[in-house]
Amino acid sequence: MTFSDFIITNAPVLLVAIPLLAAFLCPVMGKISSMVRNFWVMGMMLVTAAVAFILAYRVFVTGPVIYVFGAAAANLAIPLDSGGIPIRIIFTVDAMSAFMDIICAIVGVSVLLYSLSAESRNSSLEGYYTLFFLMIVGVFGMVSTGDIFNFFVFLEILSLASAGLIAYRIDGGLAVEAALKYFILSTLGAIFVLFAIGIFYGQYNALNIAMIAERMQFSMLDKIALVLLVAALAMKCGAVPLHFWTPDAYSMAPSSVTAFLVVASQASLYGLFRVVFTMYNITMNCVTVGWIIIIFGVLSMVVGVTMAIPQKDIKRLMAYHAVSQTGYMLLGVGVGLAVLGNAGLTSAFGFMAMEGGIFHIFNHAMYKGLLFLTAGAIIYRIGTRDLNKMGGLGHTMKYTMIFFMIGALAIAGIPPFNGFASKLMIYESVYLFNPLLAIIAMVVSILTLASFVKVFHSVFMGPKLPEYADVKEAPLPMLIGMGILAAIVILFGLFPQPVVEILVAPAAHALADQGGYIASVLGGA
Amino acid sequence: MLWNLPFITVVILTLIGLVTVLLKKNIIKILLGINILNSAANLFLITLGYREGGVAPIYTLAPSDLMVLPTPQALVLTSIVIGVATSALVLSFAIVIQKKYGTVDIDKIRRLQG
Amino acid sequence: MDMSAPLLTGYGIWVPVAWLAASVVAGIVIYLLWKTGESSYKKGTELERPYLSGNMEPEKGAVHVRASNLYWGFLQALKGYYDVLVPVHTGVLTDYMIWFVAVTAAILVFVGVLS
Repeated sequence: MTFSDFIITNAPVLLVAIPLLAAFLCPVMGKISSMVRNFWVMGMMLVTAAVAFILAYRVFVTGPVIYVFGAAAANLAIPLDSGGIPIRIIFTVDAMSAFMDIICAIVGVSVLLYSLSAESRNSSLEGYYTLFFLMIVGVFGMVSTGDIFNFFVFLEILSLASAGLIAYRIDGGLAVEAALKYFILSTLGAIFVLFAIGIFYGQYNALNIAMIAERMQFSMLDKIALVLLVAALAMKCGAVPLHFWTPDAYSMAPSSVTAFLVVASQASLYGLFRVVFTMYNITMNCVTVGWIIIIFGVLSMVVGVTMAIPQKDIKRLMAYHAVSQTGYMLLGVGVGLAVLGNAGLTSAFGFMAMEGGIFHIFNHAMYKGLLFLTAGAIIYRIGTRDLNKMGGLGHTMKYTMIFFMIGALAIAGIPPFNGFASKLMIYESVYLFNPLLAIIAMVVSILTLASFVKVFHSVFMGPKLPEYADVKEAPLPMLIGMGILAAIVILFGLFPQPVVEILVAPAAHALADQGGYIASVLGGA
Repeated sequence: MLWNLPFITVVILTLIGLVTVLLKKNIIKILLGINILNSAANLFLITLGYREGGVAPIYTLAPSDLMVLPTPQALVLTSIVIGVATSALVLSFAIVIQKKYGTVDIDKIRRLQG
Repeated sequence: MDMSAPLLTGYGIWVPVAWLAASVVAGIVIYLLWKTGESSYKKGTELERPYLSGNMEPEKGAVHVRASNLYWGFLQALKGYYDVLVPVHTGVLTDYMIWFVAVTAAILVFVGVLS
């Protein structure tokens, strides 16, 4: 077996193994010198991203990839002597998982590049990078796994690492307060998930998602499990009215971490979609559950954006916008779910709504990451996060201002940036479902633009303030990190159709097609 | 009836845990509530795998007719490890907050709001 | 793969490249119009200073409209809404957890477990 075969066969597990290795060798590298450590983390992140892209390429070209731990062959999901039951831990990477892997890889690389200079003023960075890689492990694990208990484990790894990073700069206790709230809430959510896993195991004697999906009866116990999972994962992705931890955690975490926390929330969103589409699909009452998700979405959009407008802390404001944008994804995919049982409506607009929601996940990760990174660059240079104290920075931080404008226009859905493409898909398909929802979505976009006009004006516009006379442009690695994300925002905005065709439509198909997922693991259809 | 006793315990523990988490104001007590909830979940999993009269699934030469299911035990082991990590992290947060805020009362730890 | 293929939204289409071309054309027209403007002002004279009805120009920094002054009217108009919404974000962890458990219970009712 050649090296490239080895990589291709083992890509799903390497996706988790490489960041784990990077995480735990990071303190050792730090002992040698900080230069070696920086090369180590950057190199390992690039390798991880390369593996993610190889895996995603393979998934999009040849279909779902499974990796079975400890089996004779990597794709032998059902041991020969087990009587047709997949007993091993399994990674199932279908198009939707690969889609999330790509997001995580891109944001991971740019955020790490950014961290190299953003964090360079602080000491004890070994712990920072170790936790950062553990977050990457958590996200890759959550989106790749095909085993519900494994999902729980990665969820907890992600929560632990995120909480550690949120509290990383103690900040007079504020950051620790945010981390405490985030962590206790997510632990409570994780216990809900664990109960749901127990219910599945008790009923179906299986932990494999495909196996549970195949045996799904939608009994009373399954309903309880569904509710526990939906509530816990909606809380983790920050849907209103379970969003309270989001502004606290997003605003107090170091900016580079916040950009990655967006991806972490989306991994929970992926979990939510995986549960409702792959595990339950049409065995459950799709209309009811779809409407629950739509209501979460509409509340998130409206409350998120209206709470953002009066905020005075730049990152807290952006955090509320993150809540608001999550609402679009929930709305789009929720509409897709609500009409899933009806083939006519699904092909008329339901599938398009799902594509819009999923495309928005990608776009959101890019422009929201970009916005948090620009906020971080501003805070890095002027040392305050209070919007009232800012002004006139456009004179000195020109590139940061351009990147901020790109991000702000994208989040507000202004053409030709990527936010517009996905929002257009959501508006037009949701309008056919229920015009009122589409109108709410558009109003929210307008308010988003209004809110970012406020930020733009108060940060960059106005005369050069005397207290910021000697502020310089952000350092180059930070600009490159932002530049990668900004380039993708523009590129995806200018050429949306190829992206939708190559990445988004397969992902939406993979999500809606429960039979295909089961067949890829259990064989046969 | 006796076979149901563990499940009844799970329900009681869950309720105790939830009430503790929702009504107590001290961070340490909230953590204890979470630990009780975690124990309830663990007990739930372990009970699901129990087969009356079964032997422990660790002995190669055991009579192969009836064994306790091994998977839930592995799950619970993992879950306990995660629970320990959780407790350690929350306790360390509590220490820092006690140092910086001078209190562990959750009602007073609310500088981030609005 | 046609890179500039229009995005099909199921209802209409969206062609960003055409949009961009149109906005470039519009930009050129705007530039030409702007070029026809008066350009013969004298640099370094009174003509360059802002005209504030004859008042002295205040210090830089004093003229910048700070963030919390923006959207004052909007917030005032929606005062009733904000007076309800903002206090809900109490910052108390217990409240957050009660919301979480209560919403879980509400979904239980909605899905039809407790009915």
